[in-house]
Amino acid sequence: MASETTGATSPLLTVEGLWVRFDTPHRVVEAVRGVSFTLGREKVGIVGESGSGKSMTGRAILKLTPPNAMVQAHTLRFQDVDINAATERDMLAVRGRRISLIMQDPKFSLDPVMRVGDQIAEAVPDGSGTSKAELRERVLDMLAAVRIRNPKRVYGLYPHEVSGGMGQRVMIAMMLMPNPAMLIADEPTSALDVTVRMQVLAILDDLVTQRGLGLMFISHDLNLVATFCDRVLIMYAGRIVEECRAADLHKARHAYTQGLLASLPRINQRRPRLAVLNRDPAWLND
Amino acid sequence: MIVVEDLRVTFGSGDSLVHAVDGVSFRVEAGETFGLVGESGCGKSTILRALCGLNDNWHGAIAVDREVMTPKRPKTFFKKVQMVFQDPYGSLHPRHTVNTTLMEPIAIHGLDQADRRIARVLDQVGLGAAYRFRYPHQLSGGQRQRVAIARALIVEPKVLLLDEPTSALDVSVQAEILNLLSDIRQVARLTCMLVSHDLSVIAHMCHRLAVMNHGKVYEEMSVEDLEAGRARHAYTRQLLQASLGYDRRLAADAAREGLEVG
Repeated sequence: MASETTGATSPLLTVEGLWVRFDTPHRVVEAVRGVSFTLGREKVGIVGESGSGKSMTGRAILKLTPPNAMVQAHTLRFQDVDINAATERDMLAVRGRRISLIMQDPKFSLDPVMRVGDQIAEAVPDGSGTSKAELRERVLDMLAAVRIRNPKRVYGLYPHEVSGGMGQRVMIAMMLMPNPAMLIADEPTSALDVTVRMQVLAILDDLVTQRGLGLMFISHDLNLVATFCDRVLIMYAGRIVEECRAADLHKARHAYTQGLLASLPRINQRRPRLAVLNRDPAWLND
Repeated sequence: MIVVEDLRVTFGSGDSLVHAVDGVSFRVEAGETFGLVGESGCGKSTILRALCGLNDNWHGAIAVDREVMTPKRPKTFFKKVQMVFQDPYGSLHPRHTVNTTLMEPIAIHGLDQADRRIARVLDQVGLGAAYRFRYPHQLSGGQRQRVAIARALIVEPKVLLLDEPTSALDVSVQAEILNLLSDIRQVARLTCMLVSHDLSVIAHMCHRLAVMNHGKVYEEMSVEDLEAGRARHAYTRQLLQASLGYDRRLAADAAREGLEVG
């Protein structure tokens, strides 16, 4: 299924039978229930409502689930790394360096007392043999790559001095410094204004097409995913209930996907009442 | 029903003076739903807070139901105008049952037949008597927002102010709450103001709308104009395009504009 969009190359990431469970005093909560998919050098959207397990899937790939989570997978492979068997030490070589995670709100992800340029420079692994001057040049180049017009000025700013959109671009620049092969973006544009959102998406789009990154784009926004991604996985109650090409999302076959799409208000198809999703218990298992 | 003229709200002073609302005027007719749409920080919520009396530091003229408003509001005002907030997790007291929450406005306004009123309003918002003695943590986000709507409705207001009432909810729950709001505004003949960053929600609910940015109204339009894409202001067109999703070509335009300003 991935081969048509990824070409002849093997997938960057293979997930087979991923489960994430939480042991609570009352019962075992199953957040992710047997999820399987692959990611190539493409934009794959994971959509679902809150509690569908979409963020937990992203976290499990990086082994960043909470301590009380029990993660099980038949296969969890990223390039040559068997994440399933990887130790915490092995994961340090993967996290941030080969797979980067971009989160929703730059306000909470940047260090408030450090200049943004220095924070970006910190993302380069120690012992890479880069001199200070070279490092600074690389940061400035990266700031320019995420379309910051005056990189030298922005380098010396503190996080509270940059806008939300610029903060998110700084975050992306930081995530790209180690030259990762894959990005996990968890609602990367939800905290941004619409006009800035377009710019940030365009940057992510270019990264996939020009640098050949694999992008896992986690979102609750069906419209956005349908127009931005190549493929879409729709999650419900910890399972992938449907997978399709993003352009074909409006032809979705699963009743849940159809229900979600029908419940969206639309400017050019106004109607007195919105369709309400009737959740079928069978969706939990089919 | 609502007349606002040259409303100004500022925060801070000196160098950090911010004109959150900078000379805004509009009218909302009785029975109409009027939308304020714009991005974070455009001043749309600040207008609602000045209208409902939560912010008393404003200048300009506000009249509601032919009564000119001063910053301080009499108790009768709050019987007439009620508000529903964005976050149903923050707007309900966590240690008050639904019943206690609903008893409060009844006590404040000295209303009779408390029992009957609570039963009726819970019915009206689709919760029913079974939810009357539950705590907020026993309710889902959508159910909490129904309680918040019930709390506003129980005093039988004429005006309902809605500040992003569905933006903390999933889309399927949003549909239920928007349907509920459509039903009750018709039954109770409410005049509504809806603030949202989501143009499609505004288009679904409102008769007319004002597009705001930087504390100013850029353009006022009917929902028919919006539907037909008859936007006069470039900013409105940007909002419209963005609400349709990602477009590579438009993103390139946005990037170019972004380079020019920032």
